[in-house]
Amino acid sequence: MSTTASSAPAAVEGPESGRAFLGLGSVFVYRLLSVIGLFTIWEIAGLIPISVAFPTFSDTMQALWEMTADGRMTDAYGETLKPLAVGVSISAVFGVAIGVGMGLNRLFQWTWEPIFVVLQASPVAALIPLITYAYGIGLTAKTVAVMILAAPIIVLNTYKAVRNASPTLIQMCRSFQGTRLQEIWKVIIPNAAPVIFAGLRLGVAAGFIGVILAELLITPTGIGDLISYHRSVAEYAHMYAAVFSIIVFSAVMVGLLEKVETNYFRPEKKKGH
Amino acid sequence: MASVTAMQSPHAAPDPAKDNIVEVRDITKFYGTDIHALDSINLAFPTSQMTTLLGPSGCGKTTLLKIIAGLLEPTAGEVFVKGKPVTGPGPERAFVFQDFALLPWATVLRNVAFGLELTHQPKAEREEKARQYIDKVGLGGFEDKYPHELSGGMRQRVGLARALAVNADVLLMDEPFSAVDEQTRRKFQEDLLHLLSVEKKSVIFVTHSIEEAVYVSDQIVLLSPRPGRIHSTIRPEISRDASPDDIRRDKAYLDTVEEIWNNLRKYLD
Repeated sequence: MSTTASSAPAAVEGPESGRAFLGLGSVFVYRLLSVIGLFTIWEIAGLIPISVAFPTFSDTMQALWEMTADGRMTDAYGETLKPLAVGVSISAVFGVAIGVGMGLNRLFQWTWEPIFVVLQASPVAALIPLITYAYGIGLTAKTVAVMILAAPIIVLNTYKAVRNASPTLIQMCRSFQGTRLQEIWKVIIPNAAPVIFAGLRLGVAAGFIGVILAELLITPTGIGDLISYHRSVAEYAHMYAAVFSIIVFSAVMVGLLEKVETNYFRPEKKKGH
Repeated sequence: MASVTAMQSPHAAPDPAKDNIVEVRDITKFYGTDIHALDSINLAFPTSQMTTLLGPSGCGKTTLLKIIAGLLEPTAGEVFVKGKPVTGPGPERAFVFQDFALLPWATVLRNVAFGLELTHQPKAEREEKARQYIDKVGLGGFEDKYPHELSGGMRQRVGLARALAVNADVLLMDEPFSAVDEQTRRKFQEDLLHLLSVEKKSVIFVTHSIEEAVYVSDQIVLLSPRPGRIHSTIRPEISRDASPDDIRRDKAYLDTVEEIWNNLRKYLD
């Protein structure tokens, strides 16, 4: 084939060649506008007020600052993070491993699928008394609550992603003498990575729900304690500050996972949008 | 004109006893119990020539190619490569996929080197070889791009470079240009012929385009559908020395296209 410059086809213009606004990417500007809009509506809703139990955005931020400054927030997160980190880590490691196994092997799938489908379908708040009966009211019970919420999502997403790996890519790997192990590591898992990570992001978010649920329903500790205590003494700004902080924290964790995915598994997405 | 028996071709006339790089004997393929895809196919593919499997959809041409590649098991029959029976994929055969089958998460360089990566060639060595073939298919400068940044034609050039990089004797091409637009396709066909004349590969090419088959092939195998059988074998007598545009206007070229069309049209009702 000719190697002259004229025969080299031009690169395709990707959709990512976005415009800039004031030197910022347009995506960033839109996100910022969305966040500002939300906070403005919150402030207005608090000023009306739509309920005496609904503080303004500025009051909430003030309460957040106060609790951060006097160390209450740090102590609360120290408590909340223990079952959360342990539960999410176990769910992620074993969840992905079990999901990959289910995707690759039918017998493995039939063994595990019913358990996780039942767990995913069940209303977890109703299972919490059962958890306390079995594991007491300590760290173990809260970790189990996190896992019950996080693991099924991670397992089932991983399993679907692996099972639906591109048949042509698998054939390609075989046609170039790839072994089964190479097929799994070099084709199936990277191919499934976007959906596996989508499952991990949903799983981590569900883990946050699990830990707050456990702290509200089992014994009040950490962020759950801040929420229920301030509600009981009608310090609604402080209560919402705790809720707000856990949402932000959860969003940051989910965002970090996305970074891990693009950096280590799907580098082509970095060039995308 | 074209003849049904072997006659002069741009290459030397093959001696069927030893100059066939691939042979298939009595290949029969059933999908399940009722779909009869191929029925006792016997075929020889001459060394260093381009053989095309041509036929309407449903004639089993891709099935036959995948059986030769070792990606599908035949229900009965055997495939011989360089005289030895084979049952799975091997280093002497390289496949070019219809839908390219590129790893979306890998750069052009890694995609082209992927066949060598799977056989554990050292990184520096395989990348050196990949760069060579990236240049040969006309993609120099695109080494660090990802497949989604390339056009369809360029993606298939990556697929071709990957198949060439493993240095197999036989290239198996499954409708490589069907997902590429017509203009790109013509240019690609010309480039492919040029490249193959340099690389001295044997090629088995599947297509449903009569013009494409006549333009690129030394030998055309017409398959008839349900179940797939060999209808006839045609060797177009077209001089490859002429320019691409002259070939497309050549009387022998046009007559061969017409003859094949007359043979195939009865299966379309």
